[in-house]
Amino acid sequence: MLSPVIEVAGLTKTFNGVTAVAGIDFTVSAGETVALLGANGAGKTTTLSMLLGLLLPSAGSVRVLGEDMIRHRYRVLGRLNFSSPYVDLPRRLTVWQNLMFFARLYGVPGARRRVLELAEQLDIADLLKQRSGNLSAGQKTRVSLAKALINAPELLLLDEPTASLDPDTGDWVRGFLEDYQRQSGAAILLASHNMAEVERLCDQVLMMSGGKIVDRGSPAALLERYAQDSLEGVFLDIARARQGPDAPERAAE
Amino acid sequence: MSARIQAPGGSTATRIGAMVLRHAYLLRTSWPRIFEMMYWPTIQMVLWGFFTVFLATKSSYIAQATGILISAVLLWDVLFRGQLGFSLSFLEEIWSRNLGNLSVSPLKPAELMAALMTMSVIRTLIGVLPAAGLAIVFYEVSVFELGLPLVAFFANLLVMGWAIGMLVCALILRVGLGAESVAWLAIFLIAPVSAIYYPVSVLPDWLQAVAWTLPTAAVFEGMRAILIDGQVRGDLLLRAALLNLLYLTVSAATFLYSFQVARRRGLLLQIGE
Repeated sequence: MLSPVIEVAGLTKTFNGVTAVAGIDFTVSAGETVALLGANGAGKTTTLSMLLGLLLPSAGSVRVLGEDMIRHRYRVLGRLNFSSPYVDLPRRLTVWQNLMFFARLYGVPGARRRVLELAEQLDIADLLKQRSGNLSAGQKTRVSLAKALINAPELLLLDEPTASLDPDTGDWVRGFLEDYQRQSGAAILLASHNMAEVERLCDQVLMMSGGKIVDRGSPAALLERYAQDSLEGVFLDIARARQGPDAPERAAE
Repeated sequence: MSARIQAPGGSTATRIGAMVLRHAYLLRTSWPRIFEMMYWPTIQMVLWGFFTVFLATKSSYIAQATGILISAVLLWDVLFRGQLGFSLSFLEEIWSRNLGNLSVSPLKPAELMAALMTMSVIRTLIGVLPAAGLAIVFYEVSVFELGLPLVAFFANLLVMGWAIGMLVCALILRVGLGAESVAWLAIFLIAPVSAIYYPVSVLPDWLQAVAWTLPTAAVFEGMRAILIDGQVRGDLLLRAALLNLLYLTVSAATFLYSFQVARRRGLLLQIGE
């Protein structure tokens, strides 16, 4: 049994009486890639924010790498990292300056060596002298990934890692993440609504709807359970079930 | 692809150093920012310098201490630049949508505050030192002739600037970028009662009471005591230091609390352009 990297129990968040996440439970083990899959407003980003300690839960608990993220997040923040379209790297700084800054912020030994190593792996060596604000979407994603990997995290949290990328770049990023996960043994939790991405990368899928986890399982198990050819079909089944009464419960049945 | 690199570590000092490096990179690549820092203190000093030259022949008050207005201008800019240095360095993180990255890094809010204070010192020195140098060249007025008390004045004004900067940042965290103009305006709220160019005694009684609750009034009265009477007023310096301790404690607590509120409300990822 692999040790849990993430342990979530009864996690709930309400904003002014509106429930964004409603008492969810799940675990992610070391070496596992897990997806939070759901429509817009399903609660994926809110869940990721609570996992990172960026957002305080209304109820429930979050343990990451064995630490309570509500009380002791600074004990583990150096061992995980994050990438999201909601954040940017300082645009006036060059890629090299940005990566050196984050390497030092995370206390990475041999910061220069690590930056050069990642630049080679992510094929951004020729971008190092460019300002981050001048990069294309695909280049920006690769640089953001380099930042997210700067501390060789044991847990990588990714929010929409291939959003707004062309199919070729998206495929390249997915291949890179597969290789990274296989070789590093890191756990990856990603929030996405890209079904192909989830099917390719993930060991386990948590289907979210209306702030709840309405179903879960491996991509293969979900396809079988819903008698579908693709996760997109599963997603649509759940979304349509959600429109009726007692929806989440019905979808999970 | 490498599997594992050596586990990252890092101390408070390295994280603060990283933040200072990030802002040094920014300043190095942006000459308009450097220019803006030096521009206003220099223009202010030149204007008040000519005003001093004019008044020196008309006013016995100015004639007995020709450097009084220029010294006041330069010290006021220490306060203003100190506050702006703190607030603008924080705003740079919000403008560049980098606050989310910082908030999921091992950088603690107290370390962020320390980094912003360090940047405030650097930005203040960049802004005020050239103006102080030009005052010597143009008007033969050296603020450095205040001697060792200048260090105490500088430190007290800087700390007051940080305290106001922290409140400005706390407000921006609470209400968003709509409040960013407060960063430029906040300091002027205390200007009339800080006794920068005139003594506290010219204020109405009730405003004098307000003035004496501010470290700035004690600093500028202390400056005048040296320039006019040649007297170092330890009591005023002590008063300024104690008041600053109080204001800095309250402001730091407010800044840290507003971070906590931002976490509860989920604003740390959303705040930005």
